[in-house]
Amino acid sequence: MKLKELDIEVDPLPGAMPVFRARIKAAELPEVCGWSHAGKARLVALWGSDETHRGSGFALHVALAFPSGLLWLTAPLERANPRYPGIAEIYPAAGRMQRACADLLGIRPYEGTDERKWLRHGAWPADVFPLRKDFDPAGRFAQQPDRYSFVPVAGEGVHEIPVGPVHAGTIEPGHFRFSIVGEKILRLEERLGYKHKGIEKRFEQMTLAEGARLAGRVSGDSTVAYAWAYAMAAEGATGTEPPRRALALRGVLLELERIANHLGDLGYLGNDVALAFGFAQFWRLKEDLLRLNARLFGHRYLMDTIAPGGVVRDLPRAEAEGLVRALGTIGREVATLQSIYEEHAGAQDRFIMTGQVLPELAERMGLAGFAGRASGVKRDLRVDYPVPPYQQLDPRMISHTRGDVAARVLVRFEELFESIRLIEALVQELPPGEIRASLGRAGRAAGIGWVEGWRGEVLIALETDGERIHRLHPHDPSWQNWPLLEHAVHGNIVPDFPLINKSFNLSYSGQDL
Amino acid sequence: MYQLLKQIAKTGIVTEPAPAPDESLRLAGRELGNAILRHFGRALAIRHVDAGSCNGCELEIHALNSPYANPERLGIRFVASPRHADLLLVTGPVSRNMETALRRTWEATPDPKLVVAIGDCGCTGGIFGESYASCGRVSNVIPVDVAVPGCPPTPAAILQGILTAVGSRGQRR
Repeated sequence: MKLKELDIEVDPLPGAMPVFRARIKAAELPEVCGWSHAGKARLVALWGSDETHRGSGFALHVALAFPSGLLWLTAPLERANPRYPGIAEIYPAAGRMQRACADLLGIRPYEGTDERKWLRHGAWPADVFPLRKDFDPAGRFAQQPDRYSFVPVAGEGVHEIPVGPVHAGTIEPGHFRFSIVGEKILRLEERLGYKHKGIEKRFEQMTLAEGARLAGRVSGDSTVAYAWAYAMAAEGATGTEPPRRALALRGVLLELERIANHLGDLGYLGNDVALAFGFAQFWRLKEDLLRLNARLFGHRYLMDTIAPGGVVRDLPRAEAEGLVRALGTIGREVATLQSIYEEHAGAQDRFIMTGQVLPELAERMGLAGFAGRASGVKRDLRVDYPVPPYQQLDPRMISHTRGDVAARVLVRFEELFESIRLIEALVQELPPGEIRASLGRAGRAAGIGWVEGWRGEVLIALETDGERIHRLHPHDPSWQNWPLLEHAVHGNIVPDFPLINKSFNLSYSGQDL
Repeated sequence: MYQLLKQIAKTGIVTEPAPAPDESLRLAGRELGNAILRHFGRALAIRHVDAGSCNGCELEIHALNSPYANPERLGIRFVASPRHADLLLVTGPVSRNMETALRRTWEATPDPKLVVAIGDCGCTGGIFGESYASCGRVSNVIPVDVAVPGCPPTPAAILQGILTAVGSRGQRR
């Protein structure tokens, strides 16, 4: 069949979301991506794989989101010379993903792009590629010298502030190189990869059943989104249909995760503008919610509650009613806190026009998730591809166009209220029946999990060999959003960086893998 | 301003009693002399180091600072530099890419110092284990006094680990 928006042959991939797969020649990549870009498709992910055991060389994979669904492109690459024409000029977010592929698999774009390493620091030599199938998982290497050339900024009065990887607050490790004039930020260059702990290789040592637990720990703050995406991919690959009750409960869990993260970040955004009151209030509410999660589902962050085939905990009627009552209380308190934030001149002065990403740039660079929506990029998988359980709920797309900290704060408030509404609607009409189906047999199959997590769209691309995982790429929306943080800080003062950073709250672990 | 004050008054004090120390969390051979403990007895400065976690443990360290646990009432506060710290609170597994940074942070912390490893991964390497990219447990890289299991451990468990490390009963002072 053909995709509606693009003149190439595609095969629909079974699963919950509309996904189409196409094999193309590597040489066709720029052309196909160019058409896709012109057709308003966005880049979701780019990754590579070693297909030697399957009788070919390597492969480059690109996932593009069209209005009619996700297009998963696969381009075979020669074993001897695994090169391809890069697509970073079409999709700027592809740049770092291409560099990660070079570090992990030794597949590279032709000349003319940023050839610096990205995820490899000094932990393994440049001529060793951990994601190749002939790589010995027991292999250990002496620390290599870690030379990395930051882009130098010169000029009168310019100086550098290096920050990290160990930061001043309780946050994940990464390095930020600021070039500043006086107090103003002229340029920020990020260096990530500090948390690279070999997640993708680890998946390849696991069975389909074992991988679920690891998927829930790619980025702990998005454990529900990843666990759901993993389950969706596994269910697609095995032809398993999860019960309708399980899907509704997954919706409840995903919205609880969204509420918890927005509560925490709204508290920290108060804290970062010296409104400690906001931190205390929001973290009290967040703690109430976490305790409720633990009571209803057995885990404060809902880890391992979603499993391939369904969910592991049911929500009896009495508990569902308790959940709705508790969320009602939280919602009313948040409404009070929102009006306090909005009337607080000091907080608003710091929020408004700080860390701005204008819609045009956000669209061009592919800013994802709620940050994208705060910059006018109206995309939300729950709205764009209404599959169960969101199909009948008519989720509201919350967006803004100013793209500053204040807009991201506003979108978070509104999404929090909308999530409460969605949970109320879901539990009021929980379908009866089982909560888990047994997973079918996999064989050599592929599946996609694609879920709108609180931060943005989480993708899991899975290929199986029998019960074993042949290749699994978990993709965090932070890949798309980290480069935009570099833009958002332009012209802002250094002391506003923590505030701007927190307003996005990107995952290091999810990107570093 | 009226609304803000009203909200504070309405909320009241939600802080809960601190947990008692648990000596079983202490790693063998890391008993502290009383002289050192007296040193830490009154005020404890903590530097958190994320050495490669999934960020789940960080969520609970943030939650530790919520008004429910409120460690500052016990004289415990988080500081911005290892040079100001008495105790390192380390989450893991320790990625190979963080190995040097963790070691340097430990070296920058003045003696006598304590290390509390947080979470299953910090205790054992957890689901990530040891690999080309992961050193596994925190004690594979720096000496650890107390290890707190859990995925992630609750704020109360983390506070208990900290209080165990300093041998404090956690009473309000």
